[in-house]
Amino acid sequence: MNTNPMVKAEAVHKSFGRLEVLQGIDLEVQPKEVMCMIGPSGSGKSTFLRCINHLEKIDAGRLSVDGELVGYRERGDRLYELPDSEVCKKRSEIGMVFQRFNLFPHMTALDNVTEAPMRVKRESRAVAGERARRLLERVGLAEKVNAYPNQLSGGQQQRVAIARALAMQPKLMLFDEPTSALDPELVGDVLDVMRGLANDGMTMVVVTHEMGFAREVGDSLVFMDGGVIVEAGNPRDVLSNPQHERTRSFLSKVL
Amino acid sequence: MAEALRPRPAAIKAVPVRHTGRWVAAVVVLAIAAEVVYTFVTAPDLHWDVVRHFLSQRLILQGIVTTLELTVLAMLIGIALGVVLAVMRLSPNPVVSAVSWFYIWFFRGTPVLVQIFFWFNLASVLPYIGLGIPFTTIHWQAPTNSLIAPFLAATLGLGLNEAAYMAEIVRAGIISVEHGQSEAAQALGMTRMLLMRRIVLPQAMRVIIPPTGNETISMLKTSSLAFVASVPELFTRSQQIASANFRVIELAIVASIWYLAMTSILTVGQFYVERYFGRGTQRGLPLTPIQRFRRMLVTFHAPPPAPAELPVLLPRGH
Repeated sequence: MNTNPMVKAEAVHKSFGRLEVLQGIDLEVQPKEVMCMIGPSGSGKSTFLRCINHLEKIDAGRLSVDGELVGYRERGDRLYELPDSEVCKKRSEIGMVFQRFNLFPHMTALDNVTEAPMRVKRESRAVAGERARRLLERVGLAEKVNAYPNQLSGGQQQRVAIARALAMQPKLMLFDEPTSALDPELVGDVLDVMRGLANDGMTMVVVTHEMGFAREVGDSLVFMDGGVIVEAGNPRDVLSNPQHERTRSFLSKVL
Repeated sequence: MAEALRPRPAAIKAVPVRHTGRWVAAVVVLAIAAEVVYTFVTAPDLHWDVVRHFLSQRLILQGIVTTLELTVLAMLIGIALGVVLAVMRLSPNPVVSAVSWFYIWFFRGTPVLVQIFFWFNLASVLPYIGLGIPFTTIHWQAPTNSLIAPFLAATLGLGLNEAAYMAEIVRAGIISVEHGQSEAAQALGMTRMLLMRRIVLPQAMRVIIPPTGNETISMLKTSSLAFVASVPELFTRSQQIASANFRVIELAIVASIWYLAMTSILTVGQFYVERYFGRGTQRGLPLTPIQRFRRMLVTFHAPPPAPAELPVLLPRGH
């Protein structure tokens, strides 16, 4: 039985130039846990998410995924930077969904989903295509396999993006404000897909402004502000009975 | 559905505005153009029969083949090397990036005519060209003149110069691709080379193709500079004939007609290539020339088309 936390952060720091966006983040995400992160923009939620798959390098602290350090190998008491090929391999085990979808516009929905399995994992077209069709069906887009992204609505694009990330059979999914760029009426479909994923036992870290989703689906909730975690705990408790003044004032504005 | 629909009012029928100004302008422009053409066509010492005779002459046709070979080879060198230089230029390695910058600075900063001249006369300063492995006796060399024949000199001169321009075009294309695209590709575990080849470059093509088409058309004409290396391309051939029969203008016209014919074909080709690479980025593909001509005939009387009729260029969701 694997007892490692899926994500473990200890005093993670990150600066962009003079601006310290993460000022010591400590948290743990257990396998099958759904952690939601909320907070005002600029609080460092997205940056932290991007550190988990090494799209950003942390400056200090320790960050590990599934028991292995992100971006480094540790031998004795020294850290060795990982070569690009290994960074890529580790990223391929973590799915990520972006606020702006970032689908590949020159490929059909199906090709968007099969691209990485075929090129990164060297799966055959038959195997990758079969799984892609199943995933697109699962996100409710079975008839859209041959559509190009600009022929799809925002909500449909985001669901293709989720299928694209799932096609790599990740052990962890990162969501960076997946519904923030969507028309309100399209948000529900995307949240339904994410709820389904959570029910199937996927480990998820979700940066979101959807308090309803956080309350209902999240196993834990983290409120960040100014590069630190202000408050964390059970979503119901944090949302209905916040302990910190900062959390209270944020929630009073968004709820 | 349940409510009764109000009947739609009849479409508006009105007497169209008379566009008198448009008609006057059209007549004036046509008159001036006709006058200019007439002056040349009826020039007293211009022998159109000479033009007609040499238009399909074997030497000229051979020259066309050479011109096309030069153009294709030089563009292939230019595009291939240009892509490499552009990727080098954007490399995180400062030395690699600087080498690319220097190449572009040098080859863009000297005239292509001089560069062709340089390659053509290389043998005068570098009689032998060799390849060897340092500190060993493994060595191979050959006389420069036997390696760099006129055709190769011109191809190198044109191609290496073109690479500098293509590098900037490709770089602009790569930069134009939204950063989120490489980020999404990275998040899926793609390496830099893979995401460049599969994700970034195909999207950059939309930006790269139109100027590359211009470069190809331009190259077709610039290849006439191979004249200085005595490469028997179209212009060289026409002037060789002219030096024998003294019909300089007639043979320049012969060459021009062929250059025009070839650039026209390339223009049509460019249109369809652009259409192909526009897939997935435009909801309505641009009209083909035939479609556009039909529409023009219909709309000459009418006001300019409403914005809604134009193909939508922006991707959805912005």
